[in-house]
Amino acid sequence: MREDEEVATEIAPETATLPLDAWHRAKDARMVEFAGYWMPIQYEGIMAEHMWVREHAGLFDVSHMGQISLSGDGAAEALETLVPGDISALKPGRMRYSLLLAEDGGILDDLMVTNEGDQIGIVVNGAVKWEDIGYLRENLPDDITLNHNEDYGLLALQGPKAVAALSRLVPEAAGLVFMQAAKATWNGHAIALSRSGYTGEDGFEISLPNEALADFADALCAMEEVKPIGLGARDSLRLEAGLPLYGHDLDEGIDPIEGDLAFAISKRRREEGGFPGAARILGHLADGSPRKRVGLLIEGKMPVREGAKLFDGNTEIGVVTSGGFAPSVGAPIAMGYVPRDHAAPGTAIAAEVRGKRVPVTVAATPFVPHNYVRKQGG
Amino acid sequence: MPRYYTEEHEWLDVDGDVATVGITDFAQGQLGDIVFVEVPDTGAELTAGGDAAVVESVKAASDVYAPVDGTVTEGNGQLEEDPALVNSDPEGEGWFFRMTLSDKSQLDALMNAAAYKAFCDDL
Repeated sequence: MREDEEVATEIAPETATLPLDAWHRAKDARMVEFAGYWMPIQYEGIMAEHMWVREHAGLFDVSHMGQISLSGDGAAEALETLVPGDISALKPGRMRYSLLLAEDGGILDDLMVTNEGDQIGIVVNGAVKWEDIGYLRENLPDDITLNHNEDYGLLALQGPKAVAALSRLVPEAAGLVFMQAAKATWNGHAIALSRSGYTGEDGFEISLPNEALADFADALCAMEEVKPIGLGARDSLRLEAGLPLYGHDLDEGIDPIEGDLAFAISKRRREEGGFPGAARILGHLADGSPRKRVGLLIEGKMPVREGAKLFDGNTEIGVVTSGGFAPSVGAPIAMGYVPRDHAAPGTAIAAEVRGKRVPVTVAATPFVPHNYVRKQGG
Repeated sequence: MPRYYTEEHEWLDVDGDVATVGITDFAQGQLGDIVFVEVPDTGAELTAGGDAAVVESVKAASDVYAPVDGTVTEGNGQLEEDPALVNSDPEGEGWFFRMTLSDKSQLDALMNAAAYKAFCDDL
């Protein structure tokens, strides 16, 4: 089974379809190729969908992401040899953001790690899931069992009304706070949910069997608070929330400190090390990294997009890694990499777009405040 | 005033030796929410098939090509303040620029409304 999977990935696969492919097309989604899948980029329009999520609740199909579980004695400790988070201190029902690190400390992927009680759940980016699975299998001990749960899809319900909508189907949702997870059942199906997401809003991710996805999505979209939302708005929402996108804002040439992800290096791991690239990463943590990921506010209306070069005077100093129009800000925003001495918010630099210089200012992120629910009833 | 269409989804209204150029309703629908338009400067010399303007949606930047040879006489300044005009009235208030026609015979290679509709239906 495992070998078959690995063989299959060596033959360049054709673009795959998601379990909800027909569901998206029935809703008139515009489908594009992303991460090896046909995925909905928009339904009624990116701007309207973006604003809907900030005010109501939006349903995202993120079934392209890899859902992996690790089991066996010492699975948490084993995973800690590859990520810089304190996984063994993670209590059942808790999750944290972490990073899969290459030997030199470069970021192979960013991921969510959950203590599911009997096993560790990991959600990884769709575009690199096969590489991640290969890397984990190669580097974890043989007595740790890795399962790739391909018979499960993943939906995200995001926005201030997500909790009200989801609680009607899954009452357990209201009992969670940000970065907590639980198991539940819906219509006889075993499902897992967490209060997390990629929009900066309150919301949930729900893992459920492929055969239950369409009914569950229909049940949510029948509610007046909920509309389906495409990848386009997912990208503008996460950009406003200051959240990096792997393969664009992060890659294997960037370490966690350069990527402004020092929060993902847990306190105990800072003291003990023992993760790939610890010397480089802890050195950058102590002394600062030569370059850093920052937010950028753009003067005027012209979007500054991925690949635009950044200048201080005539000196090229960095590059934009994500950028576009931010519907909730009402202006273009971006993120990119600049030298340490240009990373302070307020630093005035310029971006080059089609041969023209555009004034940009280094800005603190998020661009739109996060609305996470961190305390029950608080 | 005859209206012509290109395979690049532009329209031209020809009035004597001057054409008003914009992108079609089909094109704006494909692009989605338009957030920025860069129109050419007055006096710019355009060559058929060369870059003339840039239109940016939330998602991406797209080039708009010159449909024929000529000189820009006016860009639509309204699009700077209100780029969404291209979504709401693409074949009217959302025009991009006006240009002289250096060679009116180039119009013969363009489509009329019926031919353009058939062209879009085949896409």
